[in-house]
Amino acid sequence: MTTMNHAPHTTLAVAARATGLSKVYGQGETQVVALDNVSVDFGRGRFTAIMGPSGSGKSTLMHCVAGLDTFSSGSVRIGDTELGSLKDKQLTQLRRDKIGFIFQAFNLLPTLTALENITLPMDIAGRKPDKQWLDTVIEMVGLSGRLGHRPTQLSGGQQQRVAVARALASRPEIIFGDEPTGNLDSRSGAEVLGFLRNSVRELGQTVVMVTHDPVAASYADRVVFLADGRIVDEMLAPTADGVLDRMKAFDAKGRTS
Amino acid sequence: MFRTALRNVLAHKARLLMTVLAVMLGVAFVSGTFVFTDTVGKAMSDQSRKSFDGVAVSVTHLGPGRAEDGTKEEGEPGISQQTLDKVAKLPGVASASGRVSGFAGVADPSGKLIGSGWMNQGANFAPVQDGKDPRYAFTAGSGPAKAEEIALDRASAKAGRYSVGDKVRVATNGPVKEYTLSGVFTTEDGAVNAGGSLVLFDAKVAQELYLAPGYYSELAVAAKPGTDAAKLLADVTPVVGKDAKAETGTALAERNAKSIEQGMSGMKTGLLAFGFIALFVSIFLIYNTFSMLVAQRTKELALLRAVGATRSQVRRSVLTESLLVGLLSSVLGLGLGVLLAMGLRSGMDSFGAKIPAGPLVVSTTAVVTALLVGLVVTVLAAWLPARRTSKIPPVAAMGSAHLPQTAKSLVLLNSFGGVLAGLGAALILWGSAKGGETGRWIIGGGAFFTLIGVAVLIPMLSRPLIAVVRPLLTRVFGTAGNLAARNAVRNPRRTGVTAGMLTIGLTLVTGLTVLGVTVGKAVDRSTTDQIRADYMLTMASGGDLDPSVLTALEKTPGVTAVSAQQSAYFKGKDDVFHSASGVNPAAIEKLVNLKVVSGSVASLAQGQVAVADKTAKKAGLSVGSTIDAAFDGGGKKTLTVGAVFEESELVSPYVLDAKLVPVAAGEKPQIRQVFVKLSGGESAANEKKVIDALGDNPAIKIDDKQDIRNEMGGIINTMLNLMYGLLGMALVISVLGVVNTLAMSVFERTQEIGMLRAVGLDRGRVKNMIRLEAVVISLFGAVLGVGLGTFLAWALGRTFKNSIPNYELVVPYDRIGVFLLLAAVVGVLAAMWPARSAAKLNMLTAIKTE
Repeated sequence: MTTMNHAPHTTLAVAARATGLSKVYGQGETQVVALDNVSVDFGRGRFTAIMGPSGSGKSTLMHCVAGLDTFSSGSVRIGDTELGSLKDKQLTQLRRDKIGFIFQAFNLLPTLTALENITLPMDIAGRKPDKQWLDTVIEMVGLSGRLGHRPTQLSGGQQQRVAVARALASRPEIIFGDEPTGNLDSRSGAEVLGFLRNSVRELGQTVVMVTHDPVAASYADRVVFLADGRIVDEMLAPTADGVLDRMKAFDAKGRTS
Repeated sequence: MFRTALRNVLAHKARLLMTVLAVMLGVAFVSGTFVFTDTVGKAMSDQSRKSFDGVAVSVTHLGPGRAEDGTKEEGEPGISQQTLDKVAKLPGVASASGRVSGFAGVADPSGKLIGSGWMNQGANFAPVQDGKDPRYAFTAGSGPAKAEEIALDRASAKAGRYSVGDKVRVATNGPVKEYTLSGVFTTEDGAVNAGGSLVLFDAKVAQELYLAPGYYSELAVAAKPGTDAAKLLADVTPVVGKDAKAETGTALAERNAKSIEQGMSGMKTGLLAFGFIALFVSIFLIYNTFSMLVAQRTKELALLRAVGATRSQVRRSVLTESLLVGLLSSVLGLGLGVLLAMGLRSGMDSFGAKIPAGPLVVSTTAVVTALLVGLVVTVLAAWLPARRTSKIPPVAAMGSAHLPQTAKSLVLLNSFGGVLAGLGAALILWGSAKGGETGRWIIGGGAFFTLIGVAVLIPMLSRPLIAVVRPLLTRVFGTAGNLAARNAVRNPRRTGVTAGMLTIGLTLVTGLTVLGVTVGKAVDRSTTDQIRADYMLTMASGGDLDPSVLTALEKTPGVTAVSAQQSAYFKGKDDVFHSASGVNPAAIEKLVNLKVVSGSVASLAQGQVAVADKTAKKAGLSVGSTIDAAFDGGGKKTLTVGAVFEESELVSPYVLDAKLVPVAAGEKPQIRQVFVKLSGGESAANEKKVIDALGDNPAIKIDDKQDIRNEMGGIINTMLNLMYGLLGMALVISVLGVVNTLAMSVFERTQEIGMLRAVGLDRGRVKNMIRLEAVVISLFGAVLGVGLGTFLAWALGRTFKNSIPNYELVVPYDRIGVFLLLAAVVGVLAAMWPARSAAKLNMLTAIKTE
């Protein structure tokens, strides 16, 4: 498939790596194991989707790797940085400087214009945005004419494009998306996914996305399947139908077991 | 629907907390005022009644009569011993004792006056048959039996560390004399219980000091058992004659109790005014809370409508909720108020202001007023938000439809606010131009309209005003500052209402301060400007100085000028009494700077009179005009105006030679003040010289220039501090308002704060963001309040212009700076809890909340 041809460097470097990662809630009888000894690499310059039924631990995995949540044991590395040893302040800085986020509910600040929202992480860090890069990103997501608008004046799709631009603008080492198309209609969703794929292919960005939508997953280079807090399968160069079939298979297994 | 309302109150406990607190504090203030004044009033009137125990009939002499022309009429100066004896022999009378009293100051061993200046009494010891005076219970020794003996109340004896047999120096209106302490007593006398002192003299000494030998000013008649007081009164009345008034003891006690209650009710009204200001401020907070509750519940309320609830049912459910909240807060407030009153009473006791013991009085009026006020305030404030619910369409249940206020209603509201504020400002300007009492009333009305108008306009004003400071905040605090400024205007109405609470408080505080400082400075200027004397002497009791003071000072070496300021009153052709100052013409120019407009002060020595310019203008007088004066002390004189001077704080509008002021036979001249100048000016040695010349009299107050200034300005400062204290309650509620608003904002922006944390805003800066928002809101309200307050003070000050010489508006920038600083501190403090909870938010749950 074409995807494979465009990813010759995937094996060269790892952007984020989880090793023996476990996350346990509660104690004793009420104990819930959200992640059970998960080890996974996210390759640099690749678009990875994390899939699984609800409660499989896919969001927890992303949150732990992205430094949003703490974990019980194991290790997580972003680039050369080991997250387990970082304090809240350092984690905040890491997120600010090395990670970009796209949330399901857009999460834009209504008081800021589209452009101000895009440059927010850099403003927080006190860095000047790279003008050329910013223009490239804005042009890619097609927001040139709407930079002065407030989020309330934009459609859902446009808002999520602002969120994509915000994630890309600071050139993070890795972008995490938590169901980024969950709140969008299929056309807007396809647009956003297209931008994410383009950012990987054309700009060399690394993207990790949690989704339960097989169509969304088909935009990725690789799909990792989670069930009951464990990685159960993975698929390279996925297609929507292929992913759906695989999911159905898990469902069937789940019911029979 | 009632159940829904109750459930809602319980469900939003935390969010209603500030509302409950605010109403509770306001109600506590109101009910506390009632309980405190009622309790103290009851205790004081009980005490007063108790002091009339055993007095069946009381006779008070009305004083020597005066003839029409002011001369003294035939008649006796008091109730004579013969009259007393006659009364004592009436059937049914067990005993009759005469009383005579006046000022008596006791010196402690270092020569200082014991007890507060205006409650130092002296009276005669009036033993009845068994040699005891039933009013006084001796704890040591016995009553004075000889002219050189006195008895002292226990607290004063203790303060002076005096025991029976000691020599005690006592000052009356004459020179100081030394007496031997014969006994120490306790009494039910109210003034003594309130911290004053009481000296008992031998009857003859007291009569000589305070009235005339052989005369009393009061009689207390005790009845034999079984005698009817009314019958006794009928018997006593003809005996005492028309110059004395006889009353039954019960009637007198009732009258005293009533006047005490009247005094307390004045205090009550004053305090209640501040309680209502506090409650008025709470209205803003309650309004904000219910607006938010309704906005958050739009979906839920729409659902109620969708399943068949009518508009009024929905509205009523919100009103019922406010009713429940109001009731709860009022009951809590009432309880707190009673505790407050109890605390205040024991607090005052420990400060030395002794209040007689008595039961706690919680009247029905207090309970009903407190509950009603709390309920009305809460329901009234919730009225507008409740009305808004009826506009929620049932379809809103389906989507996340948020209902923004329509542009039309905003325009309408802003025009309404603009008209109100404009009308208020116009009234203020009109009142200030008009001046006088009427002008001040008009300004008061204008201030009310302006405040409401500004409160309505505040949301509109907030955007441009806060936009001005945003660049500064962004520069200093970076993203946190920028976001804070933007967040502050996100819900302009809520910000406006919150800031409005502070605006009201600060308008009052600033207005009072500017006015107080302005008046204080004017008075200060004129005293420093006008006084040339080194010392001013007055009686600590506020009474008149003895003429011997003048002769003593004149004989003192080093004294270069002495003049009395003797009060005189005369009736002019207009049949109105005018007040005049009798002075020493030879010395007055060295002591008081009379700024002569025309004529010369030297003319006083020729028996002419000097008139203040404003008075002269009003009466059409100029140098050379004559005044026909009928003096209060007797005698008519034709006076020629010899000088016109600029009106002064120190002397009356008419000034003349003290020798020309007639003094009725047997009376002393009314010397209010004595001015002294010594060679070498103010110094410790010179002050000592004056003290020695006066025979080390503890009852005479010696003020130097600074003391005089402090005295004039001191009253104003004390008043201001009292006002600050009372307005403090309104400010506390404003702080609660800021806390409330921020807590709401943090709650509503949970998701946003989560996102900000996710993209790299650390906890410290999240806290900063919330804090700065609070500071911006507080300062916004404070700036408006300071502006409005200054404007009001300017307008009010202009109405005083004519009555205060040297008036000039003084804006105390230092104090205003402190107010603004305090407002910023209020913001930081108010943000403490909301900022902490914002920083503690769990990022993941925050992002997912909708």
